[in-house]
Amino acid sequence: MPKQIHLAAHFPGVNNTTVWSDPRSGSHIEFASFARLARTAERAKFDFFFLAEGLRLREQGGKIYDLDVVGRPDTFTVLAALAAVTDHLGLAGTINSTFNEPYEVARQFASLDHLSGGRAAWNVVTSWDAFTGENFRRGGFLAESDRYARATQFLDTARELFDSWPADAVVADQERGVFVADGRAGEFAHRDDHFDIHGRFNVPRSPQGRPVILQAGDSDAGREFAAATADAIFSRHGTLAEGQAFFADVKRRLAAYGRDRDDLLVLPAATFVLGDTDDDAREKAHLIRRQQVSGQTAIKFLEQLWNRDLSAYDPDGPLPEIDPDVSENHIARGRASVRMHRDPIAVAREWRERAAAGKLSIRELIIEVTGRQTFIGSAATVAATLNDLVQRDAADGFILVPHVTPDGLDEFADAVVPLLQERGVFRTEYTGPTLRDHLGLAVPPRRARAAAGAAR
Amino acid sequence: MTLHLAVALEGAGWHPAAWREPAARPAELFTARYWIDQVREAEAGKLDFVTIEDGLGPQSSRPDGPDERTDQVRGRLDAVLVAARVAPATRGIGLVPTATVTHTEPFHISKAIATLDYVSTGRAGWRAQVSWRPAEAAHFGRREITGVEDLFDEAADFVEVVRRLWDSWEDDAEIRDAATGRFIDRDKLHYIDFASRWFSVKGPSITPRPPQGQPVVTALAHAETPYRFAAASADLVYVTPFDADDARRIVGEVPVPHIFGDLVVFLDHTPAAAREARQRLDDLDGAAFTSDAAVFTGTPAQLADLLLDWQSAGLTGFRLRPARIPEDLRAITRGLVPELQARGVFRHEYEASTLRGLLGLPRPANRYAEGARVA
Repeated sequence: MPKQIHLAAHFPGVNNTTVWSDPRSGSHIEFASFARLARTAERAKFDFFFLAEGLRLREQGGKIYDLDVVGRPDTFTVLAALAAVTDHLGLAGTINSTFNEPYEVARQFASLDHLSGGRAAWNVVTSWDAFTGENFRRGGFLAESDRYARATQFLDTARELFDSWPADAVVADQERGVFVADGRAGEFAHRDDHFDIHGRFNVPRSPQGRPVILQAGDSDAGREFAAATADAIFSRHGTLAEGQAFFADVKRRLAAYGRDRDDLLVLPAATFVLGDTDDDAREKAHLIRRQQVSGQTAIKFLEQLWNRDLSAYDPDGPLPEIDPDVSENHIARGRASVRMHRDPIAVAREWRERAAAGKLSIRELIIEVTGRQTFIGSAATVAATLNDLVQRDAADGFILVPHVTPDGLDEFADAVVPLLQERGVFRTEYTGPTLRDHLGLAVPPRRARAAAGAAR
Repeated sequence: MTLHLAVALEGAGWHPAAWREPAARPAELFTARYWIDQVREAEAGKLDFVTIEDGLGPQSSRPDGPDERTDQVRGRLDAVLVAARVAPATRGIGLVPTATVTHTEPFHISKAIATLDYVSTGRAGWRAQVSWRPAEAAHFGRREITGVEDLFDEAADFVEVVRRLWDSWEDDAEIRDAATGRFIDRDKLHYIDFASRWFSVKGPSITPRPPQGQPVVTALAHAETPYRFAAASADLVYVTPFDADDARRIVGEVPVPHIFGDLVVFLDHTPAAAREARQRLDDLDGAAFTSDAAVFTGTPAQLADLLLDWQSAGLTGFRLRPARIPEDLRAITRGLVPELQARGVFRHEYEASTLRGLLGLPRPANRYAEGARVA
């Protein structure tokens, strides 16, 4: 039997992948848009819906960045409401472990899992920047090097809370007058470098035991964290060679934690452009790239590498001759991608050479070097390519990011999914009620208190 | 004069033995279905809103910390998420979850209630609750609980931050201007730059201004310090008078647009049957029921008399706490409400689509908008 593909729908984010200028583009904040995308994903039998989060509006040059979609809802609240308009779809959200407390997050996820009948998933992220910290009473107190330690301890603490109620604690026996089997259900005590808490957790064990855990880090520490704790890992590696290397690497790390190959799914994020023919799709893809990278956006991208105000440059002209400013203070804040430029001078040199060779303007260069679509082609081509990547172990599935809200997944649902189903590589019906069922993951065993204590 | 009516939803009801009544659904307390059914019942009665109780620790028969009783309901779901789950399944009723201010982040609560307002298209409120219990502080491990004055001082700052964040986007901040490539007019987004001895918060919110502008902020208050907090921070306060004269005294002390009297209610067709129900539950629990609020035991018609009497003392509405769910909730929606309608003091249909609308509160101007203070 061929490998079964897992698919998730990413609500379009607050970056330039999302084309808000498209005439079909709807609201990014009204609930109807979230409901629309979630229902499409469920109609197409997707594994889950995914919502990202950022806790401070992005800034560039000291001002709020205004060229992309700005504004999003509270993750937990929207996911709980989406549970009302879907029956099977998993509901996944990013929740930060730096600007939250384990007791609160654990009861929110346990509540979401109860209210959705076992469909909750948590993408654990950790940020450390003081910039975001300015919105929180806790502030930005974390050193960058401590972030996975914090995330690990946060998750460990939350897990202790999830496990603090036995599955059968609520008996609700009216005749005998016994509501809980154990009067001390929920008792916990946890102490480590980051948390020193004890008492009683107040949400009974939820249908999935604990939410499905997702993780998005690509660094060595991030991969190790995922291998130790996560049920699925996102990645940016959507091509065959890069995908296979990443896939092999993270799967190899599992054994050290006593886990099987299938206990961690590899789910790269992917964009797509569909056309009647492959040529048609390529043409559309190019047009979309031009919408995604306007002249203004191209200059802003260039500024992120150059770390300088480049507003005087013409986006249709050549790249700046001056080198990037390599000093510490970055021009763009609240944006993860900026940290990817490890050696700005070398990257700038490479970009200049590429622009010179191809006679590319700033805008054309940025269109080339940033975020090309992952899958471009007719439905048949995309179905074949996507399936090939999964069957050849470059991925276990994909998190699809539409570029238009809220209808951007419709074409994929209507044209590509049936082809995957015909090939027998994607479900035609849900086989169980919980997200763990969709992902083929077992309910994790409950760690009793003594065992949890001994593990520390 | 018409009155406003809300119910306070708490587990299987406010009596600790309510879950043992034959009609109770104790095994379903942690399911969405249960909460949808209760809120829909309240909506069928055209009530202004429901509140949903919550706390950062388990229920207890002791005031200062958890107990080990097995014969009462223990455990609850996050109230904001319950409200969000119920919102798409209801159309007219206001949804007012409890959320604690003492150990939480104003930034998170602000966007959570704003988002509840979006998913309910303008029906969100919030009951801001202070946590004074050392046992709950230990769940967070970050602070010792100091005096009550401090807790309410902090709560007032918390609500101020939440309200500023709701206003940190002007209503027309999203412009989608293709010509300039700008999605927002950033001059219409505002840093709130709040700083006090409790916290500092920069802003703006990540969530645009909610449909009601300012969702309805409510608080329960029993004494002078919380009265001051409610007067400074809330649109609606729940108070606990023991009779009409007491209500009159309290109304004079709490200048808030809406003052609701809280009452626990045991209702039945005859006063004797209501008393019997209460006695039966007391016997099961092994103790006489007591409450911070007055306890009414009688018929819906008698309750209507009492509410109208207390209303004349200056209360604008009532939050009834059903001792038993579903019995007392149904007695409110199917007994009390028709009684009040017959007397011409309660609505037959929802006359507004937002909670502010139902409460007669205008949609407020944005404090940061140009000219907002001119009017």
